[in-house]
Amino acid sequence: MSEQLDAGLIAEQIAESDQLSRPSGAHEVGKARRRKEDARLVTGRTTWTDNIQLPGMLYVAFLRSPMAHARITRVDTSAARTRPGVVAVYSGQDFADEQGSLPCAWPVTEDIVIPDHPPMAVEEVRYVGEAVACVVATDRYKAADALEAIEVDYEPLDAVIDMTEALAEGSPKVHETGNKAFTWKFAGGDIDAAFRDAPVVIDRTYVQQRLIPTAMEPRAVVATTDGETFTLYSSTQIPHVLRVMLALTTGIPEHKLRVIAPDVGGGFGSKLQVTAEEVLGLLITRRLGKPVKWTESRTEGNLTVHHGRDQLQRISIAAGRDGLIRGVRVDLLADMGAYLMLVTPGIPILGAFMYNGIYKMDAYDFTCTGVFTTKMPTDAYRGAGRPEATFAIERAMDELAHELGLDPIELRRRNWITHEEFPYTTICGLTYDSGNYEAATDRALALLGYDKLRAEQADRRDRRDPVQLGIGVSTFTEMCGLAPSRVLGSLSYGAGGWEHSSVRMLPTGKVEVVTGTSPHGQGHETAWSQIVADALGVPFDDVSVLHGDTSISHKGMDTYGSRSLVVGGIAVLQACEKVKDKARELAAHMLEASADDIEFAAGTFKVRGTDSGKTIQELALATFAAHDLPDRFEPGLDADATFDPDNFSFPHGTHLCAIEVDTETGATKIRSYVAVDDVGSVVNPLIVEGQVHGGIAQGIAQALFEEAVYDSEGNMLTTTMADYLIPSASDLPDFTTDRTETPATSNPLGVKGVGEAGTIASTPAIVNAIVDALRPYGVHDVRMPCTPERVWRTVIAAGETAWVGPGLAGNTGGTAEGNTAWVGPGLAGDTTDRGEPGTAGDRTDWVGPTAAEGTEAEGGDR
Amino acid sequence: MPRITVTVDGITYQEDVEPRLLLVHLLRDRLGKTGTPIGCDTGNCGACTVMLDGMSVKSCSVLAVQADGNDVVTIEGLAHGNEWHPMQKAFHEEHALQCGYCTPGMIMAAIDLLRDDPDPSEETVREGLEGNLCRCTGYCNIVRAVRRGAREMSQRSMPEQAEQTEREVRTP
Ligand code: FES
Ligand code: FES
Repeated sequence: MSEQLDAGLIAEQIAESDQLSRPSGAHEVGKARRRKEDARLVTGRTTWTDNIQLPGMLYVAFLRSPMAHARITRVDTSAARTRPGVVAVYSGQDFADEQGSLPCAWPVTEDIVIPDHPPMAVEEVRYVGEAVACVVATDRYKAADALEAIEVDYEPLDAVIDMTEALAEGSPKVHETGNKAFTWKFAGGDIDAAFRDAPVVIDRTYVQQRLIPTAMEPRAVVATTDGETFTLYSSTQIPHVLRVMLALTTGIPEHKLRVIAPDVGGGFGSKLQVTAEEVLGLLITRRLGKPVKWTESRTEGNLTVHHGRDQLQRISIAAGRDGLIRGVRVDLLADMGAYLMLVTPGIPILGAFMYNGIYKMDAYDFTCTGVFTTKMPTDAYRGAGRPEATFAIERAMDELAHELGLDPIELRRRNWITHEEFPYTTICGLTYDSGNYEAATDRALALLGYDKLRAEQADRRDRRDPVQLGIGVSTFTEMCGLAPSRVLGSLSYGAGGWEHSSVRMLPTGKVEVVTGTSPHGQGHETAWSQIVADALGVPFDDVSVLHGDTSISHKGMDTYGSRSLVVGGIAVLQACEKVKDKARELAAHMLEASADDIEFAAGTFKVRGTDSGKTIQELALATFAAHDLPDRFEPGLDADATFDPDNFSFPHGTHLCAIEVDTETGATKIRSYVAVDDVGSVVNPLIVEGQVHGGIAQGIAQALFEEAVYDSEGNMLTTTMADYLIPSASDLPDFTTDRTETPATSNPLGVKGVGEAGTIASTPAIVNAIVDALRPYGVHDVRMPCTPERVWRTVIAAGETAWVGPGLAGNTGGTAEGNTAWVGPGLAGDTTDRGEPGTAGDRTDWVGPTAAEGTEAEGGDR
Repeated sequence: MPRITVTVDGITYQEDVEPRLLLVHLLRDRLGKTGTPIGCDTGNCGACTVMLDGMSVKSCSVLAVQADGNDVVTIEGLAHGNEWHPMQKAFHEEHALQCGYCTPGMIMAAIDLLRDDPDPSEETVREGLEGNLCRCTGYCNIVRAVRRGAREMSQRSMPEQAEQTEREVRTP
């Protein structure tokens, strides 16, 4: 089907949407500008937090629990205190009265259990790596040496590792209150009706393994005080949120606390946190009156940077024989780890609205239970809830296609929202503002050469080639650009989703832009400069972007959830508009014309139909002199803006890949990977492509390589980069990327988020390809990461019985992995009433979020 | 404490060091050469890569005393004044960095890679950079940058080039 595709038509569509999205006269937005931030990064003139040296600075090292769960019965720091260079040694008891509890800002239900979370353990430890004591010394080697001299006695308690066991009657408890943190339910439509007598039901359970985000820069904290005010440098994504939270936690008044995020070496959600080390850094500098620094080792980081994913997903789809989806039911167990950190409980909830994917359906039902275990807490990791959701639905769609003997693309076509149907209110009550799934998919099919690969696959199956070919499909959307404060409020999130900017023209005509976003690799200095250059008609190089220091950027919500451009970038644009309004008034005054007669183009305000005009730079200088301003005109060309969008942003795309699977060794080889993403209008295509590349790599990493492994005692087995395998260049192929553009309607630039899209899309594409390759062997799932060993074992396990033949259709197996695809009574014809396009929303019953009783009844099945 | 003499980016230092001091800590904590970062504690990430007598090494896996009498070039010593090394330019041009944390090590490793193969294929670059991890870029643009840097380096006249490369990695 793809080969007949009219490429011209696609190009036309793209060109059309291009026109819509470009403000007239624009020339910077859309350009592949090389980045401003690169100069210091490629020459080694960076300011990573660990680079900061202050006079008299001391170094902190933490002693961490070797036990997953234990009572602390004694801590003796006396010997450590006498070691050379040691200035102080503290245990949790020393901070007990002042350290407070690390905050959880997302109490998803009213009856959620939020246990006390002391930054340094006082009575009990609940995961390996939890800090129990620390040394402050004159250099980092001496601090590390003295840790050995601290004695700690533990009384071991039972570790709690497995979520299902944790919920079982009689399980050892992580906290006195038990192991259940919350149960959150959400539903739309009549789910029982959708499943009643459904001709086909797919019921699968998927394991979202635990991941370690692994930003390349380890975390680091520098804290200092002059006795009255405090400054905290931290390798963080969230200097603004951090300042508020640290003020609330430590009691340091907010106006006496400055938080700086210097150059930050990646985050991916892992630096969206309020950490023990940040709180303790402030407490230690307060006690000692000296600047202190702590830099984590990678081993420490693997143990104590919050982890990602770790969910057990049961997903069922009810469908007609024609493949039309009637309903989707999801029952999720989400591993919280030992405590609820900043947004821990909210992560699976962010996914709740995405299990319907890009598809129309009549009913949806979602239940999530958050479970405590004696492991490092989980929290945001690239995509945060949405990759998990997309994985489950895209995997299950492939199972449904297989069940029905349909091509997976065809099944998706039958179910997805068509481009005429936007804006479309989904069964989850979200309104997808724009998109064109057909265009992105057609383009991806053409780029991959889908039909040809299917032919090759058939041939290999016929020949029973030991190296089988699989084609993986993932058609995704996601909600990002976090975002509407009102919606976040309705989900019990503790903060809003607005973003702030101020823009000021300097007397010499240069521009300073202050942004509340906090980039750590995303290139905001470049992209914001492009936006400003167009908006004010100034040269790109005349714009500086300031960020990441609460005393420079006093107001902000920071960077995560693909929100920076769609919220923060728009705030920048709006501040520029205000500056222009002010400049227009001044120009009218100076040109002795009415403001209505002033037109603005390319940086100059002109009286309509004349040549007389003033450049924005001349106007900036005029406000500096302030000799001749209109009455009541405040000197200066500057403005603030705070933007809070009405809706999330919904990027989408189609990712396809071809993977060769060697059934004799289990080795997999990605032969080609095609990603066609629609992120709306594009400010800088180079940066967008980079985000997509990096995102795909992280999604592939989950599919093939990475897992944080704990043993049954709660010891982590993947503490180093030699054990926790993030992919290197030789593990990954080149990616073919392309874009379609349907502008977002929720913001004036038409932009959608791009930071997480690649990660969300790629994981199911890869696993779908591997399973597709192994279908003839009766394989219906391979647990992630799909290592050669695991693939090989799956083939062996299935292979006892097994070559079920090359055909796509008719297999009702699935027992290889313990899943059952139940095929209901064969109703002839489809009886599903889909209603009119776009009316799904009317039938949606937005009942969530509601606190509800547990799901123990389901628990036993897992 | 042993006293060592080491040249770093063209400046000669004499330092008394503990035998266990890592070269990377000498560079960062003692000499203020913070352009070279640390990404792990097991020699896996390559962020700390520098040239030691013209060969790339992971400076977290070398003791400062082992560098005694040797010549070290870090990312800070690559440019000639304001003129960046072709590999630095190529990384910028190809958008081969995002957070930039892996970049100093990547660039040093890339230059070293070209000693064996001045015009490497995509596959050679991917294999050659196996010891340098990047979490941001997915490597596509890094591979492009290394090949572009290689082309630009070999576009200089041949005799000059040999000499130049030598100089680049030895003394700026
Ligand atoms: S810091 Fe040297 S290899 Fe990672
Ligand atoms: S650019 Fe961030 S780790 Fe490579």
